[in-house]
Amino acid sequence: MSKSGATESPPAHRLDQSVHRPLTKAEVLTEAQRCLYCYDAPCVTACPTHIDVPSFIRKITTDNVTGSARVIMDANPLGASCARVCPTDDLCEGACVLGKDASPIRIGDLQRYATDWVRERDIDLFSPGTLTGKRVAIVGGGPAGLAAARELARAGHEVTIYEANEQLGGLNTFGIVPFRLSRDVALWEAEQVVKLGVAAHTGVQVGKDLSIESLTNNFDALVLAFGMGGVPPLKIPGEDLQGVWDAIDFIAKVKSGQSVGAIGDRVIVIGAGNTAIDAATCSRRLDAQNVAIYYRRTANEMTAYPFEYDFAKQEGVEFRWLCAPMRILGEGNRVRAVEFVKTRIELSDNSKHAFPIPVPGTEFTVEADTVIRATGQSRLSGLLDALHIDHDDGVVRVDQQMRTNRQGVFAAGDCSFRRGVGDAMVVAAAEQGKIAAAAVHRHLLAADESGQRRGELRG
Amino acid sequence: MADLSVNVGGIRSPNPFWLASAPPTNSGYQVMRAFEAGWGGAVWKTLGDPIVNVSSRFGGLHVEGVRMVGFNNIELITDRPLEDNLREMREVKRAFPDRAVIASLMVDNVKEVWQEIVKRVQDVGVDGFELNFGCPHGMSERGMGSAVGQSPEFLQLATEWVVEVAEVPVIVKLTPNITDIRYTARAAAQGGAHAVSMINTINSLIGVDLNTWTPIPNVDGLSAHGGYCGPAVKPIALNMVADCARDPLVGIPISGIGGVSTWQDAVEYMLLGASGVQVCTAVMHHGFRIVEDMIDGLNQYLDGRGLSSAMDLVGKAVGRVVNWGDLNLEYKVVARIDQDKCIHCNKCYIACEDAAHQCIDRVADGSGQLALVVDEEECVGCNLCAIVCPVEDCIEMARVDAGGQALSWRERQAL
Repeated sequence: MSKSGATESPPAHRLDQSVHRPLTKAEVLTEAQRCLYCYDAPCVTACPTHIDVPSFIRKITTDNVTGSARVIMDANPLGASCARVCPTDDLCEGACVLGKDASPIRIGDLQRYATDWVRERDIDLFSPGTLTGKRVAIVGGGPAGLAAARELARAGHEVTIYEANEQLGGLNTFGIVPFRLSRDVALWEAEQVVKLGVAAHTGVQVGKDLSIESLTNNFDALVLAFGMGGVPPLKIPGEDLQGVWDAIDFIAKVKSGQSVGAIGDRVIVIGAGNTAIDAATCSRRLDAQNVAIYYRRTANEMTAYPFEYDFAKQEGVEFRWLCAPMRILGEGNRVRAVEFVKTRIELSDNSKHAFPIPVPGTEFTVEADTVIRATGQSRLSGLLDALHIDHDDGVVRVDQQMRTNRQGVFAAGDCSFRRGVGDAMVVAAAEQGKIAAAAVHRHLLAADESGQRRGELRG
Repeated sequence: MADLSVNVGGIRSPNPFWLASAPPTNSGYQVMRAFEAGWGGAVWKTLGDPIVNVSSRFGGLHVEGVRMVGFNNIELITDRPLEDNLREMREVKRAFPDRAVIASLMVDNVKEVWQEIVKRVQDVGVDGFELNFGCPHGMSERGMGSAVGQSPEFLQLATEWVVEVAEVPVIVKLTPNITDIRYTARAAAQGGAHAVSMINTINSLIGVDLNTWTPIPNVDGLSAHGGYCGPAVKPIALNMVADCARDPLVGIPISGIGGVSTWQDAVEYMLLGASGVQVCTAVMHHGFRIVEDMIDGLNQYLDGRGLSSAMDLVGKAVGRVVNWGDLNLEYKVVARIDQDKCIHCNKCYIACEDAAHQCIDRVADGSGQLALVVDEEECVGCNLCAIVCPVEDCIEMARVDAGGQALSWRERQAL
């Protein structure tokens, strides 16, 4: 164990220091007034949840900030989080017409202003619908689950969320580094949903703490929104050594303010997705001096957003391309180093896939106090099997309306995210939650007409 | 370098930019600073029987982040002793003999009173007088300002009294709070005025505080109507200037006032018949220093057009202002949208669709975007799309008629 550098208790100020400061009111007004208020605006189309961006920006200029936030949150129940974590360059801001000749409107920052405004003033934006007497269970209280719950509650259905974690919010509460998205924001969004009368049972793992039957027997519909699991093992020797972390666990602990112990000065992160970046930048902010990301492919293939890559470099994270881990070496039961082998890229025949091929004889060892695995997330298929839901290696099969093969059972968010089909963004999960909720609502109305017995899933 | 000097009814100044009678010309200190900055003339804050002002006097109209698009005030004429003003006017004139110092006057509409103040003031060596028949607030309740300016008879009478004793040119400042300004302008000319200046401020109530429900400006919970000025009034003033410039019964020089902030504004006023301009709101917003670019910009403009004198501009557009009935009904323009410049904000589309003639179509162009295409058959050439378009020179209004024989409504009625 290395002695210097990292401390036991995280220096809260650096971890919580936002990546970029909120705009001042004067900046907000100047920026909002710059918006052209386009008709059929491309920013609206580019937003997966179709927030009426010109409308919410205009409301800021007329000092109707509550109305502005309502427009945002109406379309996107995670609008406050998305204001901070959306890859806006690829979405609304990338579509802004002003980008052609000038700089696009800072839509994300304006959205942050409006949603912060109502959050700081504790303004409730929505109310529950007239009760329908229908009961819906949602497995997972992350972005997709919350979005579905919010919409179903507004439609008057009685919603119960089962969440394995002790708090709602999923990725937003536990998975996104605090300096990009604070827990306050994520928990406020969850609270807005709960305030609509949604029952939230946290710390409940379905299938373990709660029987599958109690789900299928007591609810009229079921929405699966349980996300993904932890980082799958690298399947190399030494993974069980102390000081080897699953990036998801690592970030969750840091964000929850729990101790991750002394991580030392030298941190190796394996993988180059957004979670890898988060783990690496977290480590830097925990005062690790030497943080490097090792990836078996190159910058061209990495899945991290360009702005995340830039941010990591600014934070002092180093990148080592074309290195595949062979084994993790220990001293006693504690990690000491990682042995890598250099790789080269071989393209598939259609050039669509880049395969990393180890180059024999290029092995090398890098000393490390902490190793963080960030090579994707595993799939949770147990519940799917128990419910007889069709899936592909844990990816729920859904149609356009987020319906599974089983009547009355719907899925949204990461558990239905299929690699290569869109991006696993918070905003996409929010939209899927909305779509699933709309489908549930239609299903429940149809069930009423066909005289289905209350409180029982059909099929 | 062109000659920027102007002559307004016999009052000469090295450039056409004068300060209007208003808070910026309240004292010798201010006018000295203005002349140091380069202003060609200054119409001193109106002299008369000293008054008492209220506290809280101005209100601003801000539009979508642009401050002071319009401005209003309920301040009255000078509240300083006449002797102080006269002493400072003499000092200023001595320090800047080449600049025009004009005394604005407003007194009870009594012959003796008018003639007494004229005699007192012209002793200090002013270059001219401006009779304030324009202020719409406060003084008008006492039978002065616009109360006189709204009556051609009273206005002419007072003008005659002043001209009778004045040894320097007399300008009559007109109120726009009247149905047809030509009648008072003609009265001024009849009365012997050497020039008219227009416009004074417009009756206005600038706004209401949404929290207190008190109109603005707030004077102890109450407000009163004030005089409106600033960039937003320029079109109203330009029309009045042009109306007077093309009226043979007016026939005297015009000093243009109303929202002049730049050299471009001044050029427009001069093209429509003003021999010079007066400025207030822009100075209240930015200070005297703005005159530097007014002078520089006008110089560049005149040089660029090969004009040797600013006076060459005066009235050049007057002949192009006609009655509606004389416009050519055969002339036809249509909107043409430059697809390379278009940023697809669709402002033109929705403006035309909701507020004009539904003649812009959104057509799939194969690039995944909907191109905005004008149906030239349906387009009436109203200009709305080009006005709302945020991209410079993206929408051109192109002439499409054959350019044949013109036909006005008046001519058509006679057919």
